[in-house]
Amino acid sequence: MTNAQDYDLECTNLMKHFGAVRAVDDVSFNIPKGSFFSILGPSGCGKTTLMRMIAGFENPTSGDIRIKGSSVLNTPPNKRNVKMVFQHLALFPMMNVYDNIAYGLKCNGVSAGEIETKVRDVLERIALPDVAKREIHQLSGGQKQRIAIARCMVLDPDVLLLDEPLGALDLKLREAMKIELKLLQHQFNTTFIYITHDQSEALVMSDHVAIMNNGKFEQIGKPEELYHKPDTAFVAGFVGDSNRWNGSVINMDAKQIKVETDTGLALVCQRNPNDGLSNGDAVNIFVRPEFIAAKKTKTKSSKDTQNTMSGAVDSILFNGANSRVLVRSDNGQLIEADIVVTGSASDLRSGDNVNMSWAHAQTMCFADKGEFDAK
Amino acid sequence: MANPNKNPAFMFGYRLYVAAFFIFLAAPLIAAGAFAFNDSLFPALPWQGFTLDWFFNDTEPKLGMFHDRRLLRGLYYSFIIGILVSTLSVFVGTTNAFLFVRGNFPAKNFFYILMILPLVIPGVILGISILVLASNMANGVEDRFNLELEFLRPGILLVVLGQFSFITTITSLVITARLKKFDYSMEEAALNLGASRIQVLRSVTLPFLRPAMIAAGIVGFLVSFENFNTTLFLVGSESPLTITMYDRMAKVGSTPVLNAVSFFLIVGSGLLALISVAVQRDPPS
Amino acid sequence: MQSDIKRLSLILLFAPFALWILLLIILPHLGMVVLSLREKVAPRVYEFGFGNYIDFINEPIYWNTLLRTGSMSILVTILALLIGFPIAYYIAKIAGRRSRGALFLLCLIPLWVSDLIRAFGWILLLRETGVFSSFLQWSGMVSEPIEFLYNDVTVVMGLVYTVILFMIVPLVSTLDGMDDAMIEAGYNLGGNGYTVLRRIIVPYAMPGIVSGCIVVFMMTAGSYLTPILLGGKNSSWFTEQIYDQFITRFNWESGAAFGFLLLAFTSFVVWLGLKLSGQTLANTVAKS
Repeated sequence: MTNAQDYDLECTNLMKHFGAVRAVDDVSFNIPKGSFFSILGPSGCGKTTLMRMIAGFENPTSGDIRIKGSSVLNTPPNKRNVKMVFQHLALFPMMNVYDNIAYGLKCNGVSAGEIETKVRDVLERIALPDVAKREIHQLSGGQKQRIAIARCMVLDPDVLLLDEPLGALDLKLREAMKIELKLLQHQFNTTFIYITHDQSEALVMSDHVAIMNNGKFEQIGKPEELYHKPDTAFVAGFVGDSNRWNGSVINMDAKQIKVETDTGLALVCQRNPNDGLSNGDAVNIFVRPEFIAAKKTKTKSSKDTQNTMSGAVDSILFNGANSRVLVRSDNGQLIEADIVVTGSASDLRSGDNVNMSWAHAQTMCFADKGEFDAK
Repeated sequence: MANPNKNPAFMFGYRLYVAAFFIFLAAPLIAAGAFAFNDSLFPALPWQGFTLDWFFNDTEPKLGMFHDRRLLRGLYYSFIIGILVSTLSVFVGTTNAFLFVRGNFPAKNFFYILMILPLVIPGVILGISILVLASNMANGVEDRFNLELEFLRPGILLVVLGQFSFITTITSLVITARLKKFDYSMEEAALNLGASRIQVLRSVTLPFLRPAMIAAGIVGFLVSFENFNTTLFLVGSESPLTITMYDRMAKVGSTPVLNAVSFFLIVGSGLLALISVAVQRDPPS
Repeated sequence: MQSDIKRLSLILLFAPFALWILLLIILPHLGMVVLSLREKVAPRVYEFGFGNYIDFINEPIYWNTLLRTGSMSILVTILALLIGFPIAYYIAKIAGRRSRGALFLLCLIPLWVSDLIRAFGWILLLRETGVFSSFLQWSGMVSEPIEFLYNDVTVVMGLVYTVILFMIVPLVSTLDGMDDAMIEAGYNLGGNGYTVLRRIIVPYAMPGIVSGCIVVFMMTAGSYLTPILLGGKNSSWFTEQIYDQFITRFNWESGAAFGFLLLAFTSFVVWLGLKLSGQTLANTVAKS
């Protein structure tokens, strides 16, 4: 049994079928009070349907949704204390900023004086005290964003849902709004549920992230757990960049797995205790570029803890501190590795022969479920 | 579904209302069309059996519409007038679209409102005002030069001008809406690839407008064909079909041959309306 | 050079517009006003004066007919809005994607059928020997034929029928442009069906509503066939008076005055409607 006081939102065995399509397939999760929770997944994974069920615009086929401990399945959307920031914000163009924010309060029959105070207060808190009389089309993209949040927060919701609200903004503004959203969430101390297909939005802002695929949750965890200790091949491939090989299991023990890739390379991988693999199984192997060291000179690397590979530099992808090198390995595959470009003579150049090495512990291996076959 | 109110009783009532509305919409059309096939001298119940006499029979008292000289003449005049009006109004509608989308001139808004105005002037008034002006001019010329300008007297020209005066607003709006969606960079691309201005217009811009021009032409034709109010005051001896039908109704009373004409027109205008919708629909991309 | 071409093409584009508006709209209406200010003092002798308008004021039948036409047109407009709005909302927002197109087409097709045929259809249904009367007798509900024609209720019904599609079509296009999220946001923020309708849907659809109302009102006030055919000889519609003056009595001066009065009166009502709703002609009728 869960303690109702600890969770703002609990979903248990939630299902939504549209005909034969299982848009949301047996999803369960609990969101602790006051946290920033993201649901991250590719488009069409069912995250929007999940959110619309929480808001009450869709009824679940089965399962339960509880807000602050009590089920809301029979509560119509306008009576749920779950507010939503829509994908395109859905600010009302025929009302000015003040009336947009006051709308929900008016619907609740709050007195005019109190509305005035509350609207002023929330505008103050989003640091836009002077825009009350503006029309919506006079606002900048970032201001609209904040008004849309203020319009919900003024109602003091139990949970705020955000449906990819940053999607329409340009890159610079999106980066700034990520930080701003996080700060706003801290300031209001309300549970935010944020839906996105953009992993950097989810990783930067969230306390916890759920990775969703084909209507199911693949993994729920802190951003760093998802990144460093993914549970499934999908999560490893979806979160962050990585080099990937397909291969099969040669042999294994409790800690490590020896695999051979389709290109004939032997690699040693860290074993995930619950992977359920056995010899001969098809697997996906992932290594993140930042763990691969690409050097011109052969460094001493202990074969006991490192996988190694040699090749020639195909091209340098310069991007300041995030620069990478693209290496064509001896068996023809392209591998990405992070490098430091200093601008000096010691930098790698196109055509250089290099040796690459990375720790066994940084080599991840998962059962191949065919998720990457199409690519 | 934008309505979270899923109260089934309410939705059932709502659907019932919508269904009732469409029955209301269709009832008189069905009545007007169906009696064309009743084998009776009066368009009334009881049903006497199916017949096509009211279309094809060539003897009184059941003279079919395709043997009724006056109805056929009306149909012919309606057709001529419709073609003239739609051609003219599509032409002016197109120049208006370019004028208001591309042109830049003082008091553009004022002129735009002038362009819309004919749509909200009652047709009767358009009719009498044009009648008055044409007659004044004809009378003036007659008094001064002793010249009878027959074309300024009620007749086909005045009918065409009267209908053209407000149908042009409709065609202008349809074509303007399409031209507004035109991506200007397509013209620039064509210029960039070496086309002359005239070539650009012929090969890029007008083909883009063509669906709207066809649709506007059909709409103009249909509105002209069914127009009564404006035409009533401007008509001479060459009465178009609606006027002929009205005369018949007023003098002879309702006869099933009018049902036959109605059926013919309902089907004809329905098909044309379908075509005008179909040509305007963008191919799925 | 370049700017000369621009100027030339502007003039070429402006010419047809100017000819059309000047020769077919402005001059004829001026001519009508001038004609209405001529008084016949003897056969073929005319004087400038307001006699035709004074006649109008002195004859209660005339201005009663105008007031009756105006008030019935307003009633028809309101009814068309009340009946049409739920239909437009259903087509734009509730019907599934496929049935939406079909329903909209069903609305468009009768639009292009002549008023005459539609009125004719109603006559066949409603007259003493018509379908409804026969049906009621057959079913035994009444023993005598009933005349449904030639009363004001039928005239209003017939006018609503004639014009309602001109209300529905602009409403569907404005409601169609409304993001569903707007309505959902309305509910999400705590509104009930009524507040969402009053504060969000209706304000959003206002340009379409006003546009529909203007077109419907003007069409109703200017209609001729429907009131005469369904209302009979004493339907007292103002356009009938105009026709009477022009064609039957051949009194063009007075007919022109009546025409101008009808135009002035309906324009005044439309102007009042625009002022009250805070809309302009350009952002309503022009957009539909």
